[in-house]
Amino acid sequence: MSTAAATHDDHHDHHHAPTGLKRWLFSTNHKDIGTLYLWFSFAMFLAGGFMAMVIRAELLEPGMQFVDPEFFNQMTTVHGLIMVFGAVMPATVGLANWMIPLMIGAPDMALPRMNNWSFWILPFAFAILIGSVIMSAFGDGNPSAPNFGWTFYAPLSTKYGPDSTDLFILSVHMMGISSIMGAINVVVTVFNMRAPGMTLMKMPLFVWTWLITAFLLIAVIPVLAGAVTMMLTDRHFGTSFFDAAGGGDPVLFQHVFWFFGHPEVYIMILPSFGIVSAIIPAFARKPLFGYASMVYATASIALLSFVVWAHHMFTVGMPLAGTLFFMYMTMLISVPTGVKVFNWVATMWRGSMSFELPMKWAIAFVVLFTCGGLSGLMLAITPVDFQYHDTYFVVAHFHYVLVTGAIFSIFAAAYYWLPKWSGVMPNKTLGELHFWNSLISANLLFFPMHFVGLAGMPRRYADYALQFADYNFWISIGGFWFGLSQLLFLAVAVLCAMKKGEKAAAKPWDGAEGLEWEVPSPAPFHTYDTPPVVK
Amino acid sequence: MSEKQLSVEERNKRTLKKLLIWAVAMFGFAFLMVPFYNVICDITGLNGKTSSTAATDVPEQVVADRTVTVEFITQKGDGISGEFTSETKRVKVHPGEITLVHFYASNPTSTDMITQSIPSVTPGEAARYLHKTQCFCFDQQTLAAGERKDMPMIFYLDPEIPRHINQFTLSYTIFDVTERVAGKNNSVAVN
Repeated sequence: MSTAAATHDDHHDHHHAPTGLKRWLFSTNHKDIGTLYLWFSFAMFLAGGFMAMVIRAELLEPGMQFVDPEFFNQMTTVHGLIMVFGAVMPATVGLANWMIPLMIGAPDMALPRMNNWSFWILPFAFAILIGSVIMSAFGDGNPSAPNFGWTFYAPLSTKYGPDSTDLFILSVHMMGISSIMGAINVVVTVFNMRAPGMTLMKMPLFVWTWLITAFLLIAVIPVLAGAVTMMLTDRHFGTSFFDAAGGGDPVLFQHVFWFFGHPEVYIMILPSFGIVSAIIPAFARKPLFGYASMVYATASIALLSFVVWAHHMFTVGMPLAGTLFFMYMTMLISVPTGVKVFNWVATMWRGSMSFELPMKWAIAFVVLFTCGGLSGLMLAITPVDFQYHDTYFVVAHFHYVLVTGAIFSIFAAAYYWLPKWSGVMPNKTLGELHFWNSLISANLLFFPMHFVGLAGMPRRYADYALQFADYNFWISIGGFWFGLSQLLFLAVAVLCAMKKGEKAAAKPWDGAEGLEWEVPSPAPFHTYDTPPVVK
Repeated sequence: MSEKQLSVEERNKRTLKKLLIWAVAMFGFAFLMVPFYNVICDITGLNGKTSSTAATDVPEQVVADRTVTVEFITQKGDGISGEFTSETKRVKVHPGEITLVHFYASNPTSTDMITQSIPSVTPGEAARYLHKTQCFCFDQQTLAAGERKDMPMIFYLDPEIPRHINQFTLSYTIFDVTERVAGKNNSVAVN
């Protein structure tokens, strides 16, 4: 370890870091790459959010107003794809890049060049995907962008897919390669680069949850790559994986997709569990309750995620034994998830709590994520799922876990670690406005979706029956409000990047624990060239 | 050389290699799911697919004390403009009893057409108790220009069919596979 650190030192002395654009293009520094990931994901969050605004504008009133149904379908599809693969996943990879080496006392990620590559593939992947939308928008819907829903079920995406489906396939392949490389980097870093004394069971939970997430990524992103490859050969090379006419089965697509898709939802939420497990103890001023049980619960969730995929497809006509198996397995996941929620609550119990911005977001996460978890439990019940399937109830469920879950926790992380990244405290007034506006508007946006869903409003339609008009009006108002509120965060982030604000101490939160607070704020370009001592 | 003596770079390379192999293996696993799915379907009737080969055994006995209703529905896939119907809409049979039903398909176009019909049984668990000794779905059927073709299907139900299955639906979807067959000889069918 010491020799390795010495070589690194040499390397830095002789190396003149490029400046300007080249610094970012050629960067192998985990902090620079983390920053790139975070800015990129925020840009994608705004792009995907803009598409959500188009969707909500169309649904503001019944009847057709702004876009035709064909373009509406493209909006729902690309909104989903961008938010999943462009906003949430790269944001958590960015956090991993920034924080994991700092948290385990490593000088950098283990494979810095691969790190550079895994980031720089992403802008091209999304340029391809968004390019098809731009062509569609300016060509009056011709050629069409992907329009088959983010789940791209066959045969919608094979036989009936627009020409841009091939662009989509290429783009998904590139995103996949990027994710796999990012995940491999995390695993190698955590396994080989920990400071002496940093045993696995001393690692912060954020590192643990990301390690498990990385294993999930390496296990299922190749399956997604397989699925889109099968689509490609079905479309152009005469195979019939999903084509009944040639002896294939379209339902097979759903099995392959959800074998990837269910672990994928944990890929998006596990890092969030790590984030709030760092923040809640810091502001409750108590060590995390049940550290070991948190680790085991995360691992159990990850393992169970491989045996629940068919709960997304109860309505395809499975045998009774199959539906029962998937129903019970799905419900079983609420046990380790419950362990986590109770651990967070127990951490807060009788703590000296204070409510700085990161804590506000973290508490909102715990409450609202649990809300989304409960509606998930309702959806897991096979007989009622037949009614809820593909309604706005499902939309409400996954937006509660992804927006008020994953994205709220990413905001919590940003407010918590921005002092470390930028050296200045995030602007409190803007931050408070951002939090309260987001909290209220997100609930106005997503909560009524439960009601219209239970009343039978189907998802993915550009219009709806008249009785849903009032709810949809308020949902749309909540949507615009939530969308605009996110510009406040843009202001917070830009102010921090411009170093405008109160100067941050090395440890700006008095209750915070962890190696990342041992280095100055902002974290210097190179940290832990000699490994820290972990007691 | 033991793990401890390796430099960090070498250990990183080793871990990288292992993880890459795993990623490639999982890509292969995605394709392995295809035959695996077909085997599961064969065993459980998961997707309601009936056997694609003719049954050669003769039923041992006819269970005269129970009847099962079999309904037939037909659907036309892309490119089929003609007729595709079953003469019999529903039939009550005793398990073990050999039954003949007729399906008709027509080709009103002026070119020959090669078709393939795909069966599906609902509920899926009935699929493996349906034995066909003769079916137009076993092979591709060529419909000459303007032809109306009688396509018989002979089947019996397994005497072992569980008592709770009193009724099931057999659906056929007919597809025009002329182009697929034309471009076929250089590609692989997935069955």
